[in-house]
Amino acid sequence: MTSLLDVENLRVTFPTRSGSFEAVRGISFSLGRERLGIVGESGSGKSMTGRAILKLIRKPGIVTADRMQMGGTDLLTASEREMRRIRGRHASMIMQDPKFSLNPVMTVGSQITEALLTHEKLSRAEARKRAVAMLDAVAIRDPERVMSLYPHEVSGGMGQRIMIAMMLIPNPEILIADEPTSALDVSVQLQVLEIMDKLVTDRGMGLIFISHDLNLVSNFCDRILIMYAGRIVEVCQAGKLHEAKHPYTIGLLNSVPDLEHPRPRLDALQRDPAWREAPSVSALT
Amino acid sequence: MSDTSLRAWLLADAPASRAQARAAAWYAGWLKLRGNTLAMAGLVVLVLLILAALLAPLLATQDPFVQDLGARLKPPGWEGHIFGTDSLGRDIWSRIVYGARISLYIVALVALVAPLLGLIIGTVAGYMGGIIDVALMRFTDIFLAFPRLILALAFVAALGAGIENAVLAISLTAWPPYARIARAETLTIRNSDFIHAIKLQGAGPLRIITRHVWPLCISSLVIRVTLDMAGIILTAAGLGFLGLGAQPPSPEWGAMVSEGRKYILDYWWVATIPGLAIFTISLAFNLLGDGLRDVLDPKEAGQ
Amino acid sequence: MSAIEIRDLSVYFGEGAEQMRAVKSANFTVAEGESFGLVGESGSGKSTVLRAIAGLVDSWTGEMSVLGTPLGRKRAPAFFKQVQMVFQDPYASLHPRHTVDRVLGEVLKLHGFSDIDARIDRLLDDVGLGKGFRFRYPHQLSGGQRQRVAIARALAPEPRIVLLDEPTSALDVSVQAEILNLLSDLRAERGLTYLMVSHDLGVIGHMCDRIAVMQHGEIVELLDVEKMRALQAEHAYTRHLLDSSIRSVREIS
Repeated sequence: MTSLLDVENLRVTFPTRSGSFEAVRGISFSLGRERLGIVGESGSGKSMTGRAILKLIRKPGIVTADRMQMGGTDLLTASEREMRRIRGRHASMIMQDPKFSLNPVMTVGSQITEALLTHEKLSRAEARKRAVAMLDAVAIRDPERVMSLYPHEVSGGMGQRIMIAMMLIPNPEILIADEPTSALDVSVQLQVLEIMDKLVTDRGMGLIFISHDLNLVSNFCDRILIMYAGRIVEVCQAGKLHEAKHPYTIGLLNSVPDLEHPRPRLDALQRDPAWREAPSVSALT
Repeated sequence: MSDTSLRAWLLADAPASRAQARAAAWYAGWLKLRGNTLAMAGLVVLVLLILAALLAPLLATQDPFVQDLGARLKPPGWEGHIFGTDSLGRDIWSRIVYGARISLYIVALVALVAPLLGLIIGTVAGYMGGIIDVALMRFTDIFLAFPRLILALAFVAALGAGIENAVLAISLTAWPPYARIARAETLTIRNSDFIHAIKLQGAGPLRIITRHVWPLCISSLVIRVTLDMAGIILTAAGLGFLGLGAQPPSPEWGAMVSEGRKYILDYWWVATIPGLAIFTISLAFNLLGDGLRDVLDPKEAGQ
Repeated sequence: MSAIEIRDLSVYFGEGAEQMRAVKSANFTVAEGESFGLVGESGSGKSTVLRAIAGLVDSWTGEMSVLGTPLGRKRAPAFFKQVQMVFQDPYASLHPRHTVDRVLGEVLKLHGFSDIDARIDRLLDDVGLGKGFRFRYPHQLSGGQRQRVAIARALAPEPRIVLLDEPTSALDVSVQAEILNLLSDLRAERGLTYLMVSHDLGVIGHMCDRIAVMQHGEIVELLDVEKMRALQAEHAYTRHLLDSSIRSVREIS
């Protein structure tokens, strides 16, 4: 399998008053044409990992790595100008809440065509046609009407589908989705995920799916990295989650209340300080 | 207690008493302010100014009121007059130093009266809503509709000229913006869960406004007041310039500029030196205000 | 005597032509000592019901009574000794400038307790925090710790009914487990009545004995937890919710 992205020994550091704080502490992974899940709790560094790949870490954060290669481009040495070209054309990112990612004073249609026109030389009419087709692909009924709506006029689920359409329209090779459905209702969640899943699989893209929800990720990914305190503690093949060995992974699985198998008490996770210190598991292929 | 252990005590994650918690909160704010070089520069200037005002009798080389018509309009550096002399031969340096007392007095009084009035009116209007809100805010609008200096002039004309009346006039014209800020803050605060939570404990409006809303409004008011200080000093100087503030021979900086105006072409220092003093104190307040914004912003403190 | 009785409750937002009915003629009863759940998606009106009971919304019609006392527009001081509430977002429900000590101390003073110092320490112990947390500010606490403080605040007046508005939806799953265990323990120790709102059927199924399902402001179905666990719902919407919830948890094999 050719890999789209290789990351070796990635670190994200923030200087603080009392020394420096490492949000990501030396993780290595590669991404092929597959769906890769990154799971962890708040503060595990999972979102920082996603942002670091596109160099979207805000100052004073510092990203270092031994290697960070996307296709033929070395991301470590890429200038801000090159990064802007990469973002969108080669790799896109979907954030948690569509409310904050869509521009409130532009119509949905103009935002999608804008996204397309910045990356490709097209006529406006052509761009519009492709935007409508893309909205159709994310299962939006009556896309012509939705094109003329403003973001506050669409529901959360539709907003997130619009985001997916916008991010996928320049045909990137890699899609990074950071908690794309946690702001949505359960029933809408599945619909949005299925659409995203289908598009990503059909186009043979690489997907990095960042989430706190281990069960959800295991349904939609081929491979899962479990992160704890800035390091990868375990790499699981999807569907083999029940074979997970690391006590943290098992603890996460057991702490979710299960409707069909009720327990009088939930298992509280006992955190072992040794987990922090254990070396990061490599997820290179 | 040694330095390191005091620092550790102040930076403790788990304070052991109320006093330690409060001291630690102040210390954290101080550390943040200290990180901002420009704000520290402003603070240093203001501290020096306060010291100058306190130690004026020691710093002044001459009596600020003694005239010497033989030595009028002498340039800076002439026979021990660091900043020269004015049209009546008074030493400008000494007058500036004594003038700092007046400027700080004005600033302190206005800074106490105007924001307090604005805070009370704004938070009550914002929290109570309904007809009280409408009545109080329209009252505020009436004050806002007058040009500030004109309104201050009217007050001074009615009350008589003098520093106290000038301060009162400035305060009465300066509160409406604070009321608006306090009301806007209150509107966002009153719907937050921590206000709902205290309501569910049976707390009344007076307690909620003074104990829960005020602490969150005060920081934005303090920032705004510090940034407005420059304007207040300039208004006071303006009133002095128009002859309605401090009365001669009082060494108020605005009045000094006004006196020097007549000679500005030939004897630049007479108006320029007090002008520079006004400029320095205004700039210092602005720099400090900017730094305080970083320290006090409640949105940042929540994170 | 039932703990909470709701008859024909409607809640309105807005005025005139833009008025909208957020809750439409809701009826339900919560027995004393019971744990009752309200489930629905965002905008279903489930939190609004809770806020109407707490007295945070006053544009309602219908009848509500708590422990046999009918509720009017204004809540009497005695009401706050019986009913308390825990909010959804632990980051928004604590005053950013007040220490834990001040939060709890003020509440105890408002309710007229005299042995405040001892009570604060006991409350912190009860919610599993301990004395070390007493003088901290909210920004020195994690989300789970903040929610524990919020629970301690709700328990301070020794209420008999606690309204829980999505108390764990802003927390990580492992922290959620700790908070849910804490809530179960407290209910067992103190014989509390819970009225809990959540969008998460797993959490509701774990915590509650009986469940009301809400959609578009209406209660579409009332069912026992056993029925829900066995996935035996009558109403199509409930079945749809159960189906989505199960599918997102179960591994597709």
